[in-house]
Amino acid sequence: MAKTRRPIEPLLWLLFSAGGMASAMLMPALVFLLGLAFPLGWLGAPDYDHLRTLMLHPVTRLVLFGVCMLSLFHWAHRFKYTLYDGLQVKHLNELLNTVCYGGAIVGSIVAAYLLWR
Amino acid sequence: MNNEPIYTAYHPRWLRPPMSTYWWLGKWPYVKFILRELSSIFVAWFVIHLLLLFRAVRGGEAAYQRFLDFSAHPVVLTVNVVAFFFIVFHALTWFAVAPQAIVAHMGKKRVPPLLIAASHYGAWAVVSAILSWLLLR
Repeated sequence: MAKTRRPIEPLLWLLFSAGGMASAMLMPALVFLLGLAFPLGWLGAPDYDHLRTLMLHPVTRLVLFGVCMLSLFHWAHRFKYTLYDGLQVKHLNELLNTVCYGGAIVGSIVAAYLLWR
Repeated sequence: MNNEPIYTAYHPRWLRPPMSTYWWLGKWPYVKFILRELSSIFVAWFVIHLLLLFRAVRGGEAAYQRFLDFSAHPVVLTVNVVAFFFIVFHALTWFAVAPQAIVAHMGKKRVPPLLIAASHYGAWAVVSAILSWLLLR
């Protein structure tokens, strides 16, 4: 029997890796500010006009899309293999692929729609 | 002379003792591994959080205020506290293995692993400072 080859695996790993790097670089500061410091009143939340100018800028949208898309593929890869190895559910491989990578693809499309509609 | 190997349909049963689903609970390095992998759930959660923020900012001042109230809700706040620890854990473990994953060369010399690690932490600090400046100025 021929060994199963998945030529797409290196691409998925590259996306996982890029997403891991992007989320590790950007997210700690963002989750600290947006998730903790602003809601808890440690720091004043940015005023609306400033944030609007910042977030609607084409470069910001592009960066946000990159971070969102890569981070979703990062999640897909890690989460799939956590279930695959952690729960040892090799027989559910197809389902895991669909849910994880499919979820990342759908999520990226939703992100693009929200950012540029 | 025939060099073809002879295969038979018979194959002995592998000796593979079944492993518990909770195999990773026994030792700290295994628990750490699973926690590191689970950090990806919070990475995905924060993608949603960022997109909700973008949608709110785009939706107008009232929508932005609703987003601020939403992020101050005790449940959302609790999730974000947990997310913060997992995401920092992800960043620390990610940069910690970077020198093993990246084998870079300058000329014929290998870039020392310590330099690769240091440049990652340096870049992390710079990126965090830029983001804070953008949001706080």
